[in-house]
Amino acid sequence: MQILGLYNYWIFIVLMMCGFYVVISRGNLVKKLVGLNIFQTSVFILYISMGKIIGGTAPIAVDQDVVYSNPIPHVLILTAIVVGIATTSLGLALVVRINEAYGTIEEDEIHAQSEEEAL
Amino acid sequence: MIDHLPALQVVIPLIAAPLSALFRPGRAVWLLAMTACGLSLLIAILLLNQVLTQHVISYPMGSWPAPWGIEYRIDAANAFMLLIVSGIGTIVMAFARPIVEQRIRLPEYKQPWFYTAYLLCLTGLLGIVITGDAFNVFVFLEISSLSSYALISLGRDRRALTASYQYLIMGTIGATFILIGIGLLYVMTGTLNMMDLAERIPAVADTRTIRAAFAFLTIGVSLKLALFPLHLWLPNAYAYAPSAVTAFLAATATKVAVYVLLRFFFTIFGVNFSFETMRLDLVLLPLALVGIFSASVVAIFQNNVKRMLAYSSVAQIGYMILGISLVSVTGVTAAISHLFNHALMKGALFMALGCISFRIGTVQLDRIAGVGRAMPWTMGAFVVGGLSLIGVPLTAGFVSKWYLIVGALEKSWWPVAVLVLVTSLLAVIYIWRVVEAAYFKPAPEGRVVHEAPLALLIPTWTLVLANLYFGLDTSLNAGVARTAAEMLLSVGH
Repeated sequence: MQILGLYNYWIFIVLMMCGFYVVISRGNLVKKLVGLNIFQTSVFILYISMGKIIGGTAPIAVDQDVVYSNPIPHVLILTAIVVGIATTSLGLALVVRINEAYGTIEEDEIHAQSEEEAL
Repeated sequence: MIDHLPALQVVIPLIAAPLSALFRPGRAVWLLAMTACGLSLLIAILLLNQVLTQHVISYPMGSWPAPWGIEYRIDAANAFMLLIVSGIGTIVMAFARPIVEQRIRLPEYKQPWFYTAYLLCLTGLLGIVITGDAFNVFVFLEISSLSSYALISLGRDRRALTASYQYLIMGTIGATFILIGIGLLYVMTGTLNMMDLAERIPAVADTRTIRAAFAFLTIGVSLKLALFPLHLWLPNAYAYAPSAVTAFLAATATKVAVYVLLRFFFTIFGVNFSFETMRLDLVLLPLALVGIFSASVVAIFQNNVKRMLAYSSVAQIGYMILGISLVSVTGVTAAISHLFNHALMKGALFMALGCISFRIGTVQLDRIAGVGRAMPWTMGAFVVGGLSLIGVPLTAGFVSKWYLIVGALEKSWWPVAVLVLVTSLLAVIYIWRVVEAAYFKPAPEGRVVHEAPLALLIPTWTLVLANLYFGLDTSLNAGVARTAAEMLLSVGH
């Protein structure tokens, strides 16, 4: 039953692989970014899971001894979430500019246009 | 004040970045950015001097003691890197103003934002190098990466946009892998401080988690440093970015990633774990050799000179990784000194190309015919930079190639030494193609080309002269590199 008990880590791996697959397999630039987002989000789950202690409470200073979850991974991942937002918005801004310049956001059509330009 | 130099190293460009966004376009904003870069360079020089006498500077950020707070830890290796990054940052900034005014895809009122992105990128790179905290590396890595995606997309050619997008995807995958690796290390050790990690990893080294962390970090960092075959983002990004951006990134960004590799595998995991238990050298060595050879061959067939030099950069990174995978003091000295020398030569070469594209609007091989006579100073800079790239004696490039060959022969790996020599000859071929086009082909009729303005030539020639100077006086690029290599290899024993 140990495998089931670690289900959040399994979700991390499945999400990570789904996201990674979408990034590699899709030719649409927005879909790629969605995949990248899923990929990054999976890491949030990894960090949040590793800080959690079963039966632990919120880490608030009190006099008696209590078991509390480790807040540091949660704080760390807050930074990574901000990074994720910045990456997504920058990526989408680039897609808008690519759409203006090429009139499409499909990778193969952009590639075909660049090939013509090179000739 | 002097105690707070490590913090100021990062804080000065960080504060100057948003400030420069408030300026109007013109000379003032450039002066501000230039001052910030110059101050960082000054601080880097002071820190290097301090480190060479007292070995290690430890600075607790916000006075929170390590390992709880973030520690900035400076030793010979990263003091040397700080000097490279801030030095190149300053020289390229001096070069950038005419490029920003005429050669980037930004409406005039947005021009100050170029300096914002540039300074943020500099902040990120300096931060990665100076910090002693593993998670802090990730944060600064993303600061520098996000701003470099923005900088690359400013190229005139619309392909700059797709190149930047491609780099964004691959760079983010690399950074996320690094994040996973750091997370797994934290799970096993409960610390993020590099020195603390180095102490605690041996006790738990023989676990799948640590091995997985090692694998994730290897792939993530290799993507960032464009190790063959993970280099696919690099040629387009360098070819279509504005020339000032290419010169800056080619000379610093991948070098900083090589430094991260050194720091993680030598200091944190330790030489024994990385190279005896995990045998990382068995992965790095063949990839470095194939990368050096294939990228040099591909470079010969490029018609865009910027793209040619971008492939050459992939090959040069191969030399650094080759030095590291020798796992000897000479090998690592070669790698670290090549970090410095390659920054000088590629900076000079890309800046010379920037001068050419500033005047004729392109760096296609067939279009630069006859440029040699019209722009003698620019092409002179290119030729000296090219000689240094090839590794001709009396140039900086010779110093690191020499150490590399000595390192290979120490292990009696003479085929490796031969390969280094053969690929240097390949460099002769691609540099010669440019020289031939510029000097021996007739210029197209009716084209009037003038020499590049002094504002571009002076920074370019500063780097060119540095190439010559450090080819003669090797106390900095070989002496300090050796100190750093000895330090890296003795940690972990």
